Amino acid sequence: MLTAQWLYGLTGCVVVALGLRAALLHPSLLQRIVAINVMGSGVFLVLIAVAYRGPGVAPDPVPHALVLTGIVVAVSATALALALVRRLRAERNDG
Amino acid sequence: MNTITLLVFDGLLLISIVSLAWAALATRDARRSVILFMAFGLVLALAWGRLLAPDVALAEAAIGAGLSGALLLAAVSEQPHAAGVVRPSISQNPGRAGTRTAVRWAITLLCAGLAGILGWALLQGLDSSARDTLAQAVAANLAISGVSNPVTAVLLNFRAYDTLLELAVLLTAVLGIFALGQARPGYQCAGPVFDSLARWLAPVLVLIAGYLLWVGAHAPGGAFQAGATLAAAAIVLRLAGRSHIGLPAGGSLRLVTVAGVAVFLLVGLVLLLLGRPFLGYPPAWAGALILVIETAAMLTIATTLVLAFLGGRPQALWREPGVRRDAPPASDAPGAAAPANESAAPSLAAGTQEQTRC
Repeated sequence: MLTAQWLYGLTGCVVVALGLRAALLHPSLLQRIVAINVMGSGVFLVLIAVAYRGPGVAPDPVPHALVLTGIVVAVSATALALALVRRLRAERNDG
Repeated sequence: MNTITLLVFDGLLLISIVSLAWAALATRDARRSVILFMAFGLVLALAWGRLLAPDVALAEAAIGAGLSGALLLAAVSEQPHAAGVVRPSISQNPGRAGTRTAVRWAITLLCAGLAGILGWALLQGLDSSARDTLAQAVAANLAISGVSNPVTAVLLNFRAYDTLLELAVLLTAVLGIFALGQARPGYQCAGPVFDSLARWLAPVLVLIAGYLLWVGAHAPGGAFQAGATLAAAAIVLRLAGRSHIGLPAGGSLRLVTVAGVAVFLLVGLVLLLLGRPFLGYPPAWAGALILVIETAAMLTIATTLVLAFLGGRPQALWREPGVRRDAPPASDAPGAAAPANESAAPSLAAGTQEQTRC
């Protein structure tokens, strides 16, 4: 087991927990969306750490592809969530 | 670089990642939170570089930090108070306050426990040996994949289903955004400095997008990074107050929004008709087919991201020859959600007037 693997992987776990806590507890909807993004980044950190094979060795490309897909899905989910927040605000202002 | 230096670098990087995540989530100021999140994304891109994942680093810098940040900042700037919507506390009753504190602690402990379990599972997984089978399969079949960048080979060939479904997710998100309301009004004209920056930046970004698309076959890059860069060009123009940001109008806009999924499906179905498995490219054609799919995917990803930045249905979607060209934006459209539109109409009109000067 490489030092970098567990260092980055465990940091990923900490980031997931930080993001989850804020997503559940933060009073602002917008910052809950930021929190979910942070949580996703923690998952990516774990995946990329698992793919690492040490300096000068080609890493596993499959987790890399998963993370690339994940980044794009995360941004589209964020965009939809923000549109929902915007609509929610418009409805509240009217009523 | 020797081991100690690398370890110090890792330590500093990881401390910055955790503290930026903490800082972005601890603040009550939404703008500060978003800006710290963007910094978090950029430091994360460094970490991807450190872990030899340059494809992911490019995508993180362009999408994770750049475009997500732009989307979030646009949402923050619309908020009534810069400090964000902070809900009034539910009651002054000390009993309720005590319950709330208890719930906060319980959730914090649960999250800490989750981190512990995840970490334990990760270390168990890292200890076990036989886990390189997928990487070996990719390496063994790279020669017939049509590309030499293993990440592109996985995305567009070996796991092409995943990418097809990912494009379907993007399309669903766009449809959801369209359903939820109208696009934001445009921005004011930029001053001379930003205007000339936009003038220089937009063509360079388009050029970089084309390069990233092409180079993705054998080096870090590809449709996602290229699409994000292309979207960035349009967003820069939008921020500079231009009314024409390169988005097509009417039917072409709808076409380019579905192009990624449509071309992908078409390739898969034609291959099926030719007696091959769905999306099972013949090795001789794989390179060309991947480039065709990636080009369509890049256009769709860029369009999706720009539409996400606009935050709703653009007027351009309905602007077809002879149809309501001079009508005010949708305030009297049949079936439109009336309350949201009425409040949006005056500012939209003002935005259009301002845009004509740019």
